[in-house]
Amino acid sequence: MSSIGTGYDLSSSTYSLDGRIFQVEYAMKAVDNSGLCIGLRAKDGIVLAISKLVHSKLLVPKSNKRIASVDQHIGMVCPGLIADGKALIKRARAEAQNYKDNFRMPISGKMIADRMGQFVQAYTLYSSVRPFGCSTLIATYDSVGPSLYMIDPSGVYWGYFGCAVGKNKQIAKAEIEKLKLNELTSRQAVMEVARIMYSVMEDDIKDRDYEIEYTWICDESDKKHVEVPSDLIEEAERKAKESLDDDDDDDMDDE
Amino acid sequence: MNTYPNPFSEAISYQRMEQYDQEHLESLSNISPMTRTQQPIVTGTSVLAVKYKDGIMMTTDCLASYGSLARFKNIERMIKVGNSTIIGASGDMSDFQYITYLMDKLMTKEYNANNGQPLAPENIYEYLSQVMYQRRNKFDPLWNALVVGGYQDGKSFLGYVNLRGTTYQSDTIATGYGAYIAQPLLRNAVEKKNGELFTEEEAKKLLDDCMRVLFYRDARSLNKLQRATVTAAGVTISEPYSLETEWGFAEHIRGYGA
Amino acid sequence: MFRNQYDSDITIWSPQGRIHQIEYAMEAVKQGSAAVGLRSNDYVVILGLKRSSDELAAYQKKLIRIDDHMGIAIAGLTSDARVLSNFMRNECMKSKFNFNRPLPVEDVVTSLSEKSQVNTQQYGKRPYGVGLLIAGYDKTGPHLYEYSPSGNCYDYIAMSIGSRSQSARTYFEKFYKTFAEASLDDLIKHGLRALRDTVQQDKELTIHNCSLGIVGKDKKFVIIEEEDLKPYLEMIEEDAPAATTEAATENAADEAQPMDTDTPGNGNAMDTE
Repeated sequence: MSSIGTGYDLSSSTYSLDGRIFQVEYAMKAVDNSGLCIGLRAKDGIVLAISKLVHSKLLVPKSNKRIASVDQHIGMVCPGLIADGKALIKRARAEAQNYKDNFRMPISGKMIADRMGQFVQAYTLYSSVRPFGCSTLIATYDSVGPSLYMIDPSGVYWGYFGCAVGKNKQIAKAEIEKLKLNELTSRQAVMEVARIMYSVMEDDIKDRDYEIEYTWICDESDKKHVEVPSDLIEEAERKAKESLDDDDDDDMDDE
Repeated sequence: MNTYPNPFSEAISYQRMEQYDQEHLESLSNISPMTRTQQPIVTGTSVLAVKYKDGIMMTTDCLASYGSLARFKNIERMIKVGNSTIIGASGDMSDFQYITYLMDKLMTKEYNANNGQPLAPENIYEYLSQVMYQRRNKFDPLWNALVVGGYQDGKSFLGYVNLRGTTYQSDTIATGYGAYIAQPLLRNAVEKKNGELFTEEEAKKLLDDCMRVLFYRDARSLNKLQRATVTAAGVTISEPYSLETEWGFAEHIRGYGA
Repeated sequence: MFRNQYDSDITIWSPQGRIHQIEYAMEAVKQGSAAVGLRSNDYVVILGLKRSSDELAAYQKKLIRIDDHMGIAIAGLTSDARVLSNFMRNECMKSKFNFNRPLPVEDVVTSLSEKSQVNTQQYGKRPYGVGLLIAGYDKTGPHLYEYSPSGNCYDYIAMSIGSRSQSARTYFEKFYKTFAEASLDDLIKHGLRALRDTVQQDKELTIHNCSLGIVGKDKKFVIIEEEDLKPYLEMIEEDAPAATTEAATENAADEAQPMDTDTPGNGNAMDTE
């Protein structure tokens, strides 16, 4: 990024000499600093999860939710700036309701992803606004089945089988690529998400306290976006921690 | 749109302008004041509801009439709102469909908020009442009489609101023709219980009896009904069913065209 | 104070992915006098340390009633707080008119975040320069939220904002586990002690410079000040000396790094957790 500080990176409406928009790239930096967020599309549903740093022990445990519903069949999470994420969620709800006002049927995953993509992109066009400091994961279950989308701060979006955003996303992505997502059930996907979360954050959880939030939308949840049942989360996290310990033992053996 | 001719254009004479004014005045005199809904079109008849031991019981028939024509015979006139409220509607069915949509919107908002504090029946009733009253103040009413029934935290709720925004709450409610025919019967039954609440069986029988009387007397009714309950277990709306009726007396009636 | 070329505008991201203007707005909160809050299973208590600019001037208001079930303590720009409290009162009133119920605390917090976020993304606007502690009681029990200019809101067991508020947090971190089961009187005592820890060395907590707000189960929001506060202050009189010495050392440390933005509670604006 040799153009940093040359004055070509102070506005979304300015290109650098080599045709980049630095303000958008800087916004992506904010996303990279966020806690790890994972979305998996299994054969019968989607699982979303985000890890949150518990920055004070005075916080009420399990409160301060990050994953939100946009309609009964849409879940959304915006890793990055929390307040920006809330603004995007508010917009997505307005889009979903607007669609219903016009057509009296729930908005499809494809449509909500497209509308949100356009909304995010509009904030990369003008010097009077800044790009959103968060990515957006959208999990939907509509008439075509479960689908997962991710929108960048640039407004670019793609459909995914699995995606990871935030700290150590590369390692998480490598883990996700090993999974056979077309064969996994949502229950198994929860297990995998927990395992990946714990293995990727292994070093972080040693000295800082993290909380992981899980939601899903699948056949078992009646195609509604809800929190993953707590007993399943407990089981998944217990197994994830066990596998960590196993790894540690292996390390010992090596030594 | 009436666009006034350009006075600076030489092509238009003052004579032409006077002619325009004349025409404009004439067209104005033909305009009547703006009117909004003056009458319902496709209508549902009575809704009956009572409080009973376990909560609320409500019934409606499945008919939507177009004037005196029995136009649609398979209509649901009760909707579930959330997990502890039910709304029954008489009056204009398209307005009721709009209300259904409003409720869906409200419930979506609640689902999204996910704050662990679902709207109680009395909250939904307040909202509906405000909507009805505000529409009447715009002289554009939703042409319905609605009954809101609910059961939450061990408390039964039963309320009425109509196109004028008039509201009241009571242990028995009947709308439409039922307000004349069934309400006295319902109140009688309540008084006989001396402050005690109906059992489920008693409530069923009471409402069925009232619906039977209404079917005999109300020319806009149908012998195909649904019964709904709201209890601690939640909201149930039954499949349509029919009542036993007796028409043997009909042949003895003379003087009504028979 | 000039830090870099990326800090003069709310619509500019720094190469590190931070928005300095938001962080500076959060500094405004630290300019205000301290406010603390804590909750048990039944009650929430908020307290504010009032300043007066002059012997002859009245003390600046720190607590604002929002509704029967809600009140706030403020630190930072008072005029911004008035805008926000007005907004919150309106939200509460809408809930009463439309649904005939007190507004769930979480809902008002959500609308507050959404409102504040707009000010952090558009040219020509500035973030609100005030931090709030929102105390409320609803069907899900008592709640204490911290609101900050970034639009972030967190649900806390106990929290403090404003100048020298780190000492109060240090106090809370020592005792917060007992708060859930604490009686109202004990809760108030903890609150007063925490607030006392934020008082400057040459000053002390009096009935004039302190306000106490309580809301909870079967208890509408009340603000207790002046003479009414006397019995409460007397409750903590006996333990005064020990606590003050301890607090003094902490405060000294607190003052040594006025620009330290990495305190856990106030976090920096770009704290994305």
